[in-house]
Amino acid sequence: MARTIVITSGKGGVGKTTTAAAVGMGLALRGNRTVVIDFDVGLRNLDLIMGCERRVVYDFVNVINGEARLNQALIRDKRCEDLYILPASQTKEKEALTKEGVGQIIHELSEHYDYIVCDSPAGIEHGAYMAMYYADDAVVVTNPEVSSVRDSDRMLGILSSKSKRAENDEEPVREFLLLTRYNPARVEAGEMLSVGDVQEILALDLLGVIPESTAVLNASNSGIPVVLDQNSEAGQAYADVVGRYLGEDLPHRFLEVQKKGLFDRLFGG
Amino acid sequence: MSLLDYFRSKQKKGSASLAKERLQILVAHERAERNKPSYLRDLQNELLQVVRKYVQVDDQAISVQLEQEGNQEILELNITLPEQRS
Ligand SMILES: Nc1ncnc2c1ncn2[C@@H]1O[C@H](COP(=O)(O)OP(=O)(O)O)[C@@H](O)[C@H]1O
Ligand SMILES: [Mg+2]
Repeated sequence: MARTIVITSGKGGVGKTTTAAAVGMGLALRGNRTVVIDFDVGLRNLDLIMGCERRVVYDFVNVINGEARLNQALIRDKRCEDLYILPASQTKEKEALTKEGVGQIIHELSEHYDYIVCDSPAGIEHGAYMAMYYADDAVVVTNPEVSSVRDSDRMLGILSSKSKRAENDEEPVREFLLLTRYNPARVEAGEMLSVGDVQEILALDLLGVIPESTAVLNASNSGIPVVLDQNSEAGQAYADVVGRYLGEDLPHRFLEVQKKGLFDRLFGG
Repeated sequence: MSLLDYFRSKQKKGSASLAKERLQILVAHERAERNKPSYLRDLQNELLQVVRKYVQVDDQAISVQLEQEGNQEILELNITLPEQRS
């Protein structure tokens, strides 16, 4: 039986797809059979971030509509044999994902995989609803910024009332906070909400803090999940996130301003 | 205090504390709204029907509020009647 994890947020552009790619890769690198599903119908992007955009033949909606078998649509990662991607469809019909269709696919996948990572689209509409409905765990990706925090809280409301677990009165979805694009210098200057502030407002378990980092842009430019860049802080922070998710007790890193040496200041760190 | 110090001390406070304060109020309010029992809206609608049997009031004339005080729940009903015409 797989565990289904939704990467969600409400607000767009906060780092959900970056996180889905990194967490999916991180779980698979540790030998877990993992599939990452792109729920962003019409705005497929996970394939690009994971570097398999040219290998997409069939997609999620094709499988739901019976136009392709699940195995034909799944793309196996070239770098890690335990990682698979199910790309989103580029159809304009946002309602193409049906509750039954999605449920059937999750059910089928859960027999063969350890983790199913669902990359949610932005918003609180149909697509985001489909992505979270079958979740066992939710990673709520939040930026230290007012509208993102508010939207995260709304998403928490949806998880606790509209998910399958909520509807069936089962044990609630486990919710985790992932703070991304964190800038310790701006926090120190009092310009940005601190990790403590956000935790206090949302009262959630903190899964990790990902610093704002140019490594993320480099990674997406080259189609390599940033967790593979273990020289970067963001990559290391994502590796920690995966470890914590799997139950390891790891201290949070990169929360303070790094005192840079002359070399770093001259050549960037 | 030099001008530079002035700006430094201003920055120290920063706008983050204001953001936190506003968010705390907003999130508390929105959570309370969400956790309202769903029958409240129905109750409000039915009350409106009943009142309208006797007095013509508009949609906003009735407000229903549920508040928690300690382990006591207080249901507050407010019906605003139109001004008496003489
Ligand atoms: N930790 C980070 N540091 C710098 N840029 C980031 C970070 N996380 C995400 N980004 C950038 O933010 C943008 C949105 O990220 P993405 O993962 O696509 O968000 P979403 O899926 O929530 O819309 C992208 O350009 C991405 O490179
Ligand atoms: Mg995305």
